[in-house]
Amino acid sequence: MKKLSHPHHLAEWKRIILEERPAYDKVIAVSSGTCGRARGSLQIFEAFKQEIERRRLSLTVGIEATGCHGLCEMEPNIVISPEGFFYKKLDVKDIPAIVERTILKNKVIPSLVYEDPATGRKHPRQNEIPFYQKQTRLLTENNFRINPERIEDYIALDGYQALAKALFDMTSESVIAEVKASGLRGRGGAGLLTGKKWESCREARGHPKYIICDADEGDPGSSMSRGLLEANPHSLIEGMIIGAYAIGASEGFMCVGTNYPLAVEHITLALEQARNHGLLGSAIFGSEFHFDIHVVQVAGAFVSGDETSLIAALEGKKAFPRQQPPFPAQQGLWGKPTDIHHVETWANLPIILNKGADWFTEIGTDKSPGTKIVTLGGRINNTSLAEVPLGTRLRKIIFDIGGGIKDKRALKAVQTGGPRGGFIPAEKMDVPLDYETLSQSGSILGCGGIIVMDKDTCMVDAARYSLSVSAEESCGKCAPCRVGTRQMLEILDRISHGQGQASDIVRLEDLAAVMKAASLCDLGQTAPNPVLTTLRYFKDEYDAHIREKRCPALVCQSLAPARKKAKNSRKQETGREAI
Amino acid sequence: MDIEKILKESGASQRDLVPLLHKIQAAVGHIPRESIAAIAKQLRLSESEVFGVLSFNKSFTLEPRGKIRVMVCRGTACHVRGGGKVVEEMEKKFGTPAGRSSAGKELSLDETGCLGCCAMGPVVVVNGTHYSQVSPENVDSILEKAKASD
Repeated sequence: MKKLSHPHHLAEWKRIILEERPAYDKVIAVSSGTCGRARGSLQIFEAFKQEIERRRLSLTVGIEATGCHGLCEMEPNIVISPEGFFYKKLDVKDIPAIVERTILKNKVIPSLVYEDPATGRKHPRQNEIPFYQKQTRLLTENNFRINPERIEDYIALDGYQALAKALFDMTSESVIAEVKASGLRGRGGAGLLTGKKWESCREARGHPKYIICDADEGDPGSSMSRGLLEANPHSLIEGMIIGAYAIGASEGFMCVGTNYPLAVEHITLALEQARNHGLLGSAIFGSEFHFDIHVVQVAGAFVSGDETSLIAALEGKKAFPRQQPPFPAQQGLWGKPTDIHHVETWANLPIILNKGADWFTEIGTDKSPGTKIVTLGGRINNTSLAEVPLGTRLRKIIFDIGGGIKDKRALKAVQTGGPRGGFIPAEKMDVPLDYETLSQSGSILGCGGIIVMDKDTCMVDAARYSLSVSAEESCGKCAPCRVGTRQMLEILDRISHGQGQASDIVRLEDLAAVMKAASLCDLGQTAPNPVLTTLRYFKDEYDAHIREKRCPALVCQSLAPARKKAKNSRKQETGREAI
Repeated sequence: MDIEKILKESGASQRDLVPLLHKIQAAVGHIPRESIAAIAKQLRLSESEVFGVLSFNKSFTLEPRGKIRVMVCRGTACHVRGGGKVVEEMEKKFGTPAGRSSAGKELSLDETGCLGCCAMGPVVVVNGTHYSQVSPENVDSILEKAKASD
């Protein structure tokens, strides 16, 4: 199929794709995101290919390198369709046996099957594994069905139908109305209503209008953007085109960090394919709507999470944030109305238009409909990328999906929202994952990072590490953030070296109050969260460090009792791992 | 490709600055100090504006890079799994601090922000190839592999 000059061509193209698709008996999907590749997924792919050719099975067995399947802990892994067999942690030498026994004889190989760390039960099929079963996968569901280098796979799964619907069956206003009705909120952390942002950008004076996809993931320990960019690039491209149509934008920018080469490769290829098929560029679907997207590799600074600093970075300036208002919707890129959303927000839009706002609002909570992709890390069994309805309790995420704490230790705290999120203590695991409740608990949802800590973690040290990231990333434009992060870090350093004073607690609280009230952007306003929440929930640990010159978790080395030092050096290792 | 040619192919406005710096860095391995004036002229900016952006962003370096580029992830997950010790070990092996190249310009060592492979930390990337669960003990074998494939 060449250029689609009419929406009817889409259905025809889909039909042709399905017709021409080889009728395989089995398809092997090899999880090959950045993590999978780092663990040798491409070698697994090659080994399968050779084995299949050697046995002359090429006509009946298909093999695809797909994006990430989410269960990072078990890389490299595969899913065999149609049965949905899931094999984990593969080695090249496992391949002949898999082909011989599972592909040809439909027999399961027990040693490669996933074992649930909580129950010890073995689950041969992907949809039986609690990690997958307990998620609600809207955005990531198709990750193992799509070869991200082929637009045809996306079309076969009804890709670009939402765009056709928007362009030909809906006005810009009705698209905005639908998105407003869906209650979709920004997934980058701020949680503003997407429909409202669109509306104010559409109504703003100024021409041309721009849209930006923020795919520069700065938060350490979070890879939800990368997961989508690598696995299903067309879903967010479609979302961006829909947004551009609603707002009346003519140009879009996809800002990707420099540490994601595979994401850049896949997104660049996807844009080219969309352009070649008339889904992007001039006269989309033969309509009068023109819109194109450029990939821009920004130079990776955490502070560019702020909309105005990302705009400055795109303009070729230092990524400094600026005072708002005027909001980017009125005066953004080059002073023109600009709408900025996170990758995950854009990827939600085709789903909302396809299934409707009513369907969407059934998922999640009243105030926060839909799902959120989270990354689970730290002392958790299933280090992973998972998708849950907003409002899911932390307990369910950590124990049911995450498989519980490593080595069956006791949970101590959870940090949500990256290094600027607060620590939520183990007793509060009934907190639902949503924007409001997390912020009442002193933390943030952020872009969805969740780091789990066990009893061997020192909370003073954990706060100190988080703050050191913020201090490093502070752009230095405003004094409360520049000086505040530095001062707080010095105090925490002193405390963890046994030189804390009783007055330090008040000093930390004062600094935090100033930073929260007076910092120019989100970075300075949220940087004190780790300190404030540890003071709130783990005050006794500060007291132990300051008054008794003792680190209860035996992490802060200069406070470890001299005769126990040798024994504790091992303990420190495990403790640090939790942060 | 030499810098002059890259400059000729570049656009001439401020928005072209970061892409231009990326291109120069990819071709030469670093941004030579003496090229700042030419970049500023091409984009009609002051030299201080060019220097400001290039020193603000961690992706750019004024120091020449080696043929073998080693990057150690310093994200949270890798940090807590001992990424710091891997950097220390590499610094010892290289005889130069992170962010610099070895004396013979054969190797260069950098720290990078989170690569998002948190289940497999500490992560080290050598000329685009990822290595997972690196410890000070297997630093040697990684470097040898890199030298062999060079």
